[in-house]
Amino acid sequence: MFTKKQLLTKGLLSVAPHMFSVIPFGIVCGAIGIELGFSPVLVYAMSIIIFGGASQIVFLQLLSGGASALIAVTSVGVINSRHLLYGAVLSEYLEKLSFIKKLLISYLVVDQGFAESNKFFQKNKNEPYLHYHLLGSGGTLWICWQLATLSGIILGSFVPEELGLKFAVPLTFIAIVVQDLKKLDHVIVMITCGLSSLLFFDAPFKSYIIISPIIALFVAALVLRLKK
Amino acid sequence: MTWLSIIIAGIITYFTRMTMVALVDRDLLGEKVKAVLAYVPSAVFPAIIFPGIFINDYGDFIEVNDPKIFAAIVAIVVGYFSKNVIATILSGLFSYWMLIFVFNF
Repeated sequence: MFTKKQLLTKGLLSVAPHMFSVIPFGIVCGAIGIELGFSPVLVYAMSIIIFGGASQIVFLQLLSGGASALIAVTSVGVINSRHLLYGAVLSEYLEKLSFIKKLLISYLVVDQGFAESNKFFQKNKNEPYLHYHLLGSGGTLWICWQLATLSGIILGSFVPEELGLKFAVPLTFIAIVVQDLKKLDHVIVMITCGLSSLLFFDAPFKSYIIISPIIALFVAALVLRLKK
Repeated sequence: MTWLSIIIAGIITYFTRMTMVALVDRDLLGEKVKAVLAYVPSAVFPAIIFPGIFINDYGDFIEVNDPKIFAAIVAIVVGYFSKNVIATILSGLFSYWMLIFVFNF
C-alpha cells in the first residue's frame, strides 16, 4: 500500500516527462494570445478559468477572426467535451470520494494527467488513496501550464514561429498511446479515430475532436463483441 | 463581452470535467459501456495526433513528404522501443528540426 505522499509524488513524476511538450505548447499559447492583440491579463486569466490548451487558442483565434462570442464559446465546449469521456473512466476510481472532493478534483482532469493516472489506476485498483495520484499529476500540469502561458505572454513575439513548437502536442500523445500499438484491438480503434478526425476535420465547431472518439468507441464495442 | 465569454466557456469546460465524476451515478453505466470505456485513450488521443501531424496551421492537408510525417515516424519507433516519454517527444522534435533547419525540407 502506498501513502498519500507517495501517490502524490508518483502522480507528479508520471506527468513530468510530458513537460517537454506542455511547456513549449503553453508558451506558444500565451504568445499567440498576445500576438492576436488581446490583453495579457485576459490571455492569462483563460489559463485559470478555462485551463484547456487547444481550446484557449481556438477561442482567441475565433474572436480575433471576427466570429461571434457564441461560436467561440460553443467551440470551447465542443473541444473540451472529451473530458466527459475521461470523467466516465475516472469515476470508477473516484467513486468513494465525498461530493465536495469530487467537485474539487474534477478541475484538475486534463489529457496527460488523465492518461497517466488512468494507467496507474488500472494496475493499482485497490489502493485506498488513489485520488492523490490524480492530484499529483493534475496539480503538476496545472502549475506548469500557468507558468508556461505566463512565460509565453511575457516573451510574446520572441518565440520563433519557425521552431514549430506546436508539433510537441501530437508527440506527447504519441508517447501516451504508443505501447498500445502492440494490441491489435487498440490499433483498430486508434486508426478509426485518427482517420475519422481527418475526415471530419472541417466539421463545425471543431467537432471532429468528439465525433471521431465516438465513432472509434462504437468500433471498440464491435471489436469487443467479435472477441467473444 | 470577451470576459463574459471566457467565464461562460470556463464554466462549460468545468462541467465537462465534473459531470461524469460527480453528478452521474456510475451504476447507471452498463457492464458493456464500462468495457468499452477501457478504449477511451486509444479512441480519443489519435484525434489530437493525426490532425497535429497531417494538417497545417491553415487547415490544409500537408504533402506526403512533409517533415512532420518523418518526425512522427521517428517518434513512434523511438517511443515503441524505448518506452520513454522524454525520448519520444525529443526524438520527434529534434528530427523535425534537423529536417527543416539542416536539410531545408
